[in-house]
Amino acid sequence: MRDYVLSVLVENKSGVLARVAGLFSARGFNIRSLTVAETDSPSVSRMSMVVNADERTFEQVKKQLNKLIDVISIQDFTKKDFLDRELLLIKVNFNSQNRSAIIEIVEVLQGKVLHVGSKSICIEIVGDKEKVATSLQLLKPYNLTEVMRTGVVAIGKD
Amino acid sequence: MIMKGAEIVIEALKKEGVKDVFGYPGGSVLPLFDVLYDTPVNFILTRHEQGAAHAADGYARSTGRVGVCIATSGPGATNLVTGIATAYMDSIPIVCITGQVKTNLIGNDAFQEADTTGITRPITKYNYLVKDIADLGKTIREAFYCASTGRPGPVVIDLPVDVTMAKANYKYQDKVKIRGYNPVLKGHPLQIKKAAKLISGSKKPVIYAGGGIIISSAHKELKQLSDKCCIPVTTTLMGLGGFPETHDLSLGMPGMHGTVYANLAIQNSDLIIAVGARFDDRVTGKIEAFAPKAKIIHIDIDPSAISKNVVVDIPIVGDAKNILAEVIKAAKRPDNEEWLNQIKDWKKDFPLKYKQTPSSLKPQYVIEQIYELTKGKAIISTEVGQNQMWAAHWYKYTKPRTFISSGGLGTMGYGFPAAIGAKVGNPDKIVIDIAGDGSIQMNIQELATAVSYEIPVIVAVLNNGYLGMVRQWQELFYKKRYSFTHLENPDFMKIADAYGAVGIRVQKKSEVIPALKKALQSRKKPVIIDFMIEEFENVFPMVPAGEAIDRMIGGMA
Repeated sequence: MRDYVLSVLVENKSGVLARVAGLFSARGFNIRSLTVAETDSPSVSRMSMVVNADERTFEQVKKQLNKLIDVISIQDFTKKDFLDRELLLIKVNFNSQNRSAIIEIVEVLQGKVLHVGSKSICIEIVGDKEKVATSLQLLKPYNLTEVMRTGVVAIGKD
Repeated sequence: MIMKGAEIVIEALKKEGVKDVFGYPGGSVLPLFDVLYDTPVNFILTRHEQGAAHAADGYARSTGRVGVCIATSGPGATNLVTGIATAYMDSIPIVCITGQVKTNLIGNDAFQEADTTGITRPITKYNYLVKDIADLGKTIREAFYCASTGRPGPVVIDLPVDVTMAKANYKYQDKVKIRGYNPVLKGHPLQIKKAAKLISGSKKPVIYAGGGIIISSAHKELKQLSDKCCIPVTTTLMGLGGFPETHDLSLGMPGMHGTVYANLAIQNSDLIIAVGARFDDRVTGKIEAFAPKAKIIHIDIDPSAISKNVVVDIPIVGDAKNILAEVIKAAKRPDNEEWLNQIKDWKKDFPLKYKQTPSSLKPQYVIEQIYELTKGKAIISTEVGQNQMWAAHWYKYTKPRTFISSGGLGTMGYGFPAAIGAKVGNPDKIVIDIAGDGSIQMNIQELATAVSYEIPVIVAVLNNGYLGMVRQWQELFYKKRYSFTHLENPDFMKIADAYGAVGIRVQKKSEVIPALKKALQSRKKPVIIDFMIEEFENVFPMVPAGEAIDRMIGGMA
């Protein structure tokens, strides 16, 4: 089992997300993350998804997606050079002892402090899979009250 | 031309060549029915929407044309669901038009509202909710195109009542372009070359032919390939009629209730040529033990059917008819004389059989007589269970579209309405539903449909007073604990009489032929023949669930 990154162009109309989501649930495929947004062409949306599967199941995922009439094309990044990004928004409760340590970590991660309140700060971090993992690991010891992840988006290099 | 939505629907149906429509009226389809009132389209009012869906399906299977049914919103649409799922599992082209509440009420839990597109999404090839009348004509064209091309399937068009009352300009457009839908029809030449080479060099080849043969009308090519290369053919339940069962190289059906020789051939084969079949669990049995020595060529129009259950060596995506024609050209007859002799021996040693007794009435005998008296030219539909397996075994199918049965979903109550649909589509053919006493009661109300439209189908009820297949499993695997499988049945003669149909009861073997002869003479009335068969007759051979398909009970002794 491993994570596979897919970018899927679909018709931008109602019911398409339900079709894709229904396909995953009906066939027992595991979806790690899914982000959907309109592309530069208003009739087309892009779904970026990370699927956790073994190789054979992943082949089925692709075939089943392709079979959906609203799916226009599928880009599979498995054997390609690609860039991936995910955005994290994190709220951390701080106290007088650890406030500067948290801000230091954010600086090391090249993140942004978006808001500082009386008890908590809001942080933005953007990065690839490794960076997201490192960020979450470094911040874990602190009092994280909310962690928001957008899910992965990816783009091929050539 | 400016037309009302309802008029556009009927006009578009005519443009698609639709002659017969099955359905049931209701509030949100009133405008549609008002137009149907004086059109040349032949409308058949069933007595339940499920009957309409199955009739459209039987019509499609027996004619090759798209079947059409209409139902109202809410309960009308949900009553279609079993019929839609049945068609979906067996890749049958039907278009279902459902009424919907007014667009401004959708989502308000209005009277007779159901989320029809939501409910039918996983059991349709595609579905539409038409909110704008400007899309209506195009949608219907697309729906027929989508239902009938590629791997066919059911398509639902959900029509809010206000859309059917609005007006718009309608112009038929022949060309359909759906950017995400481009079925591959021609096989890859390199793959075909590889397949032909494998066939020519094989020693123990078997063709495993499924419903795809029927759908793509590839029966002639299948026979040519078998004849040219001397390859035995096993046809699945969905493929019955795709290869003549009277042919020397026919192995009958494989799998759980397959013939011994079909299963032995698969298990000992060195090359399986699967055409339009999907390695269903009822065919493969224990998947790890399926055809252990064989390489596999898989020809299918649906790429997702390939390597789904069994990993294949040579996949060829495309239309079976095209691909087989190419394979025939490239393949040479393999050196398989020894294999053919082996198969001949298996056929001789382990034929399909049942115990004849002078007194008791055996279902197998009934079906053999149906075959003899109709000279194998009838369209046979079945319900699901023992009746279905006996009908598959004991009638010899030689032509495509003559065996109509719910294979994938296994829907009890399918056979009778499907027979009505088949008879509407083939008025000159004899249509017989081989039923059980359980399943016939699941859509028995359609007797009223058959009587009122003078659709003379014959229903052969193999009446053993049990849900026979479930009882058989209880006998073999649940210590004969017959939990809720015994049926207290009504008097089917009185039922036939009450509906205005003909009822015949058969209790003895000697009564079978006269009863069938009498039924075959009925020109207008449907006939129910109540065959009081032996209670505990079982379907053999049988592979217990989860076992390898050469581990058969019955048939090898």
